[in-house]
Amino acid sequence: MLQLLKGEKEEILACVKEVLGENSKTHENLVPILQQVQKKLGYLPALAMDKIAEGLQVPAVDIYGLATFYNQFRLNPPGKHEVKVCMGTACYMAGGDITLESFERRMEIKEGETSVDRYYSLDRVACVGCCTLAPVAVIDDEVEGKVTPTRVDGIMLALEEDREDNTGGNSGPGEGADHE
Amino acid sequence: MNKTDPQEIYEKIKEEARSWVDARQEKPLVMVGTATCGLAAGALQVKEDFLKEIENKGLDAEVIEVGCIGHCYAEPLAIIAKPGFPPVCYGHLDDGLVHRLVEDFLAGDDPSYEYAMAALERNDEFPTFEDFPRGVYEEKLILEHCGFTDFSKIESYVARDGYSALAKALSGDPGLVLEEVKEANLRGRGGAGFPAGKKWEACLNNGEDEKYIICNGDEGDPGAFMDRSVLESDPHLVLEGMILCAYAVGAKQGYLYIRAEYPRAVEHTRKAIEQAREKGFLGSSILGTDFSFDLEVFQGSGAFICGEATALVNSMEGRTGMPESRPPRLVQQGFRGKPTVLNNVKTFAYVPLIIGRGAEWFKGIGNPESPGTAVFSLVGKINNTGLVEVPMGTTLRQLIEEVGDGLPEGSAFKAVQIGGPSGGCLPESSLDVPIDFDSLHEAGAIMGSGGLVVMDQEDCMVSVARFFLEFTQHESCGKCTFCRLGTKHMLDILTDITRGEGDLQTLQFLKELSEDVRDGSLCNLGRTAPNPVLTTLRYFYDEYRAHVEEGRCPALVCRDLILYYIKPSKCSKLCNVCVGSCPTEAIYTRDDGLKAIDQEKCVKCDNCRKACPTEYDAVLRLSPPVLPDEKERKAK
Repeated sequence: MLQLLKGEKEEILACVKEVLGENSKTHENLVPILQQVQKKLGYLPALAMDKIAEGLQVPAVDIYGLATFYNQFRLNPPGKHEVKVCMGTACYMAGGDITLESFERRMEIKEGETSVDRYYSLDRVACVGCCTLAPVAVIDDEVEGKVTPTRVDGIMLALEEDREDNTGGNSGPGEGADHE
Repeated sequence: MNKTDPQEIYEKIKEEARSWVDARQEKPLVMVGTATCGLAAGALQVKEDFLKEIENKGLDAEVIEVGCIGHCYAEPLAIIAKPGFPPVCYGHLDDGLVHRLVEDFLAGDDPSYEYAMAALERNDEFPTFEDFPRGVYEEKLILEHCGFTDFSKIESYVARDGYSALAKALSGDPGLVLEEVKEANLRGRGGAGFPAGKKWEACLNNGEDEKYIICNGDEGDPGAFMDRSVLESDPHLVLEGMILCAYAVGAKQGYLYIRAEYPRAVEHTRKAIEQAREKGFLGSSILGTDFSFDLEVFQGSGAFICGEATALVNSMEGRTGMPESRPPRLVQQGFRGKPTVLNNVKTFAYVPLIIGRGAEWFKGIGNPESPGTAVFSLVGKINNTGLVEVPMGTTLRQLIEEVGDGLPEGSAFKAVQIGGPSGGCLPESSLDVPIDFDSLHEAGAIMGSGGLVVMDQEDCMVSVARFFLEFTQHESCGKCTFCRLGTKHMLDILTDITRGEGDLQTLQFLKELSEDVRDGSLCNLGRTAPNPVLTTLRYFYDEYRAHVEEGRCPALVCRDLILYYIKPSKCSKLCNVCVGSCPTEAIYTRDDGLKAIDQEKCVKCDNCRKACPTEYDAVLRLSPPVLPDEKERKAK
């Protein structure tokens, strides 16, 4: 588990309070509540799940059970740059697993993880719906087609350049986290 | 019975819509396809380009977003409708082409037919989509207007007689709607093909006051996107079908369960619901009658199992989506314990057409046991990828060779996978099977979600079976032991086979275990999960044998059973392309200037083989993974 950033705890508490205030606290609303919290925070921190359990007076394990059952929920924070590799049928057949591996190798994290400095996160997604461009990766909501390992290197280069541009400036990515 | 005539009220609304649409058609209209597939190909940029060019030229033309026309291979797409010309569709758009179209067609009067794909209306100048080879076989019912209609405006729907089936039904007895749907023998399009009329009747006869209608839009198959396309491109069609169903069974509340991964489908549907309410097609006293019904969107959270009816209801009630044993069926005891009708997006979409045009018309399409059409998303090694709709009874061969325009050059057909993770792989010999619920089932596949993947000699059947099983194994909810542990064990065995481990007994065991999982699971996820394995074992047994007996992958896919090798006699000293293409620096220059691969470093990404210029073609894949000189030594 990644460490919470400075001020993140307060942000989580405020967000949960707000969402719980907007919804009636019924079991039927549980999934929508989790969806709203995730929409605001980008993920479901353990702290948020605890607080939602308290608010709805259900055991925390029920919340955790839901959050891990459904693919939509993520338990680790998204990176500044989110990369999702499509693993739909057409992409798999065109070598999507090779693309995913290339990203894993370059980012030095595994699928489903976020780098310690929260700069990258890497996930797999089911079909993005543009099978003609297979293999496909989604980089910060931009769809990239025909992502071969060479293209992965190109994408990573651009993302790394972006990091260098930002480190001199003010609110660089991963500020407050382990960052060198 | 009713104080006011719903038909009268409807006619008024339609008149308004017609004049609105007519007014819009007085000036040129550019329709850019911005369904998810279009967006992925850069449709928003195309829209921007059109707007910019039109502004630069100071033209009076409107640019709007429309859904998906199903010709995904040509995205980004746009249709230009200019008064005095037939509407024309253009594909593969970029800024240059947009510039040209605006200058020549919008500003001038040259439709630039050399860049056009097809016209949308019959005319003397340019062919229409119906003149395409696929047009002969295609029959679009529920996709008819997808991509040609402005999804954001209810007027576009009403002006082409949308909601007229509702007005017609409301003037008569609810029983008539049910009779018509039963008579039409509409079978559920979620995959299993259960007659919708029977389901509705069971719900109606339940007696309870409170009933629910749920539309299942939890399309989870990795490689099928027709439900999304219908909801994104023509949402009112689905809404009207649901309202008709509610009228027939006497429900007051309905839900559309849509995956949260489909944000645009959610957005478009929500907007459509609002508009339908404003016009009086939804809410209390619909079209002046005493019938009231309302709809809401529920966002699913991404679990393949939630496509299963009871699991879907559980997830709507805030629990993990685990299926329940049936009976009680949902029509007896469903959402909140009340009788519930749950049908697929496409099933509801057929209903307004059946009520509007009659059951006889519907039965005239397709074959007697499975009337109507089938929608497929064609992907894989096929020229025309995209969404197609063909009458039931069309053969797989027609679908692949005519509608999909066959395989790309250099590809030889090997298998077709139908129905996603629950479906099966069929070989060449099964291609003359007609597409309908029963025939496909006999052949070992299912209609399922409608995903259709064409595979050629470069696709390994063991690897494909493993891919689908990995998916179902991950999505198994864990309730039944056979599904939870059985699929895991099957996956382990398949992984071993892709590494060349195991023997013929392993294959026999895999088959037996598949049958046990099929028989020992509660819901269709577990019962169908072994299908890809069973069908590949049945039709492609030799490939499995090659893996375990010879340690060889005939399709040269399984990475543990191949190695990359640069053939010195083909390699050129003058070329360095492969060296740069290697992501792990595994390729080095030998003393004699030719290239070679350091097997320790190679990750088998296939980059060098793609990079190697065709005049050399020096990079080879060898299976079993033995370097040639070693091979010779072994032979001696």
